[in-house]
Amino acid sequence: MYPYHVPLVWTAFIALFAGLSYRLVSMARLAAREKTVLPTLDAKYGARSILHWVIPFNSRNMRMRPLFTVVSFAFHICLLATPLLLMGHAVLWKTAWGLRWWSLPPVVADATTLVVIAGGVFFLLRRIAAPEVRKVTAVSDFLLVLLVISPFLTGFVARMQWFRSSIPYSTMITIHIVAGALWLAAIPFTRLSHMLWFVFSRAYMGSEFGAIRRARDW
Amino acid sequence: MADAVDMAIVDKGIDDSIGKLTPERIESVIRRVLDKESGARLQVYVETCVRCGLCAEACHTYLSRDKDPDYSPVAKVKATLWEMTRRNGRVDGPFLRNAARIAFTECGTCRRCSMYCPFGIDIAYLLSTVRRICALLGIVPQYMQDTTNAHSVASNQMWIQQDDWIDALMWQEEEACAELPGALIPLDKEGADVMYSVIAPEAKILAQLIGNMAILMKAAKVDWTMPSADGWDNSNMAMFSGDYEIMGRVERAHWERAVQLRVKRVVMGECGHAFRGAVYDGPKWLGWRGPPIPMVHAVEFYYELLSTGRLKIARKITEPVTLQDPCNIVRGRGLHDKLRYVVRALCEDFRDMDPRDEHNFCCAAGGGVINCGPPWKLSRLKSIRVKAEQLAATKAHTVITPCHNCHSGIEDIIGHYKLGMHTKFVNELLVKCIEMPGS
Repeated sequence: MYPYHVPLVWTAFIALFAGLSYRLVSMARLAAREKTVLPTLDAKYGARSILHWVIPFNSRNMRMRPLFTVVSFAFHICLLATPLLLMGHAVLWKTAWGLRWWSLPPVVADATTLVVIAGGVFFLLRRIAAPEVRKVTAVSDFLLVLLVISPFLTGFVARMQWFRSSIPYSTMITIHIVAGALWLAAIPFTRLSHMLWFVFSRAYMGSEFGAIRRARDW
Repeated sequence: MADAVDMAIVDKGIDDSIGKLTPERIESVIRRVLDKESGARLQVYVETCVRCGLCAEACHTYLSRDKDPDYSPVAKVKATLWEMTRRNGRVDGPFLRNAARIAFTECGTCRRCSMYCPFGIDIAYLLSTVRRICALLGIVPQYMQDTTNAHSVASNQMWIQQDDWIDALMWQEEEACAELPGALIPLDKEGADVMYSVIAPEAKILAQLIGNMAILMKAAKVDWTMPSADGWDNSNMAMFSGDYEIMGRVERAHWERAVQLRVKRVVMGECGHAFRGAVYDGPKWLGWRGPPIPMVHAVEFYYELLSTGRLKIARKITEPVTLQDPCNIVRGRGLHDKLRYVVRALCEDFRDMDPRDEHNFCCAAGGGVINCGPPWKLSRLKSIRVKAEQLAATKAHTVITPCHNCHSGIEDIIGHYKLGMHTKFVNELLVKCIEMPGS
């Protein structure tokens, strides 16, 4: 039997993009109902706010918490870069679609993977250690971090061929694929949607602060 | 843990009304606000928050109460709006009592936290939504509800009657003319360049501010007017009590009066929240993109008069002064630089606060918190220790407060923490410093 007869990747990508489109369209309709929301959005100040907040140490709170800022930026950058620029993934795209793609040298990809895992562990520990975070943390917040780092953890274990005697490589890779698919499919429907809404909440606040209130929002 | 003394405070406006609520009514009101009155903003804010706790450091209540996690902005939302959402409106009396205390007395909607949230979540808006729910359920602190009732009945916050309004203006005109001959207060002058807009406390307890303005207008040769009847007060406590129907009515009356007088623009006196109500919240509720006539806050107006030389400074204040940045004109209008220009023009020894500008701490009185009245005064002062420390560090004698809430709030802080300072409006310093024409 052909080993990949379940089109997991397709399922995950369809869930991701169909989910994101659905969320976007329904949110836009909801936004149109509040008469002042869409007219408030201002391209210049919206963009100003987004750009300002994607640069490390640009805002006062980021400077007040240097460790968090470094970990958070490193985590998010590596989280997006690793799966997109992994040589193993590039090879798959080449064989499947004939697509030529950039990839990171394997040792760099190892490092970025470890940054994601370490960042995830940092966030988990912070949820327990910092009282102001523990106060508002639910079980789902822990599960979400675990879900996010699981493709990285399983991918790394498979790549290093650890535990090969008890778990065969192909099984580990399957677990990795399932974890990755779950992660992608969860983005539109869980708190991971902050990836999508970040742009909009920032743009709205940037517009209110910039265009109407004529102040800075950082 | 939230402070046990504060949790035990009895407020008739909250406690008496809660007993009259039924579970059905609570559920239907919450559902109405969450489903019908709110939309994408609320949904995105509730869903996007990743519970990172980064907003905590922004909040004066959290910082002043020894970083008790119950007082962080996100914890206040969790204890109120998230639960209402999660339980789909099925919450009980004790829950609402707690929610009302949090939303009305432990958050002044100063919006400092939204500058610390990486997503720019408008946490103050979320807590205002809780206030809205409380208002529709009839659980509003008694003193605050009284100001809303006054708006409803007398069209101003302090039950001032029509004849008292005219009387206050005539009295202040006499006072102003004694200082500067010809400093009249022109009423209902159609087509004037400026309509001066005040809040009810100026007519009721701080009338000299109106007299001062008459002197400044005369000295700067401004063509100005004030309305003789309703629409003169847009202090709008209803905006903070959550009674948005009354809020809209107050703002509509104010703007209709300005339009009727065909003035070119409106100068708002030294009040932050009236400015906010007239420029943002009121128009938003009424479905307007902005006010129909441009409004400038007094600080911006003073800046204009000083920087163009229409007002000239004859002498400066020598004692050390510091300056409070009111949330609604600094985070709300970016006036911090103009404000400092004015203060430096008037004062020789200006000692800035740290943090300052958009990052200055709130006075803990605005957003209606001080209007919750005597039962909550001590709680409010516990929530603002950071401001006392910040003030003490400047070693100034005078705190300049270009906002009525900041003025009263900081006066209370000075008294409670025995700082030995006093507060002043900019306009009180201006009349002492300017060159009077003909002198």
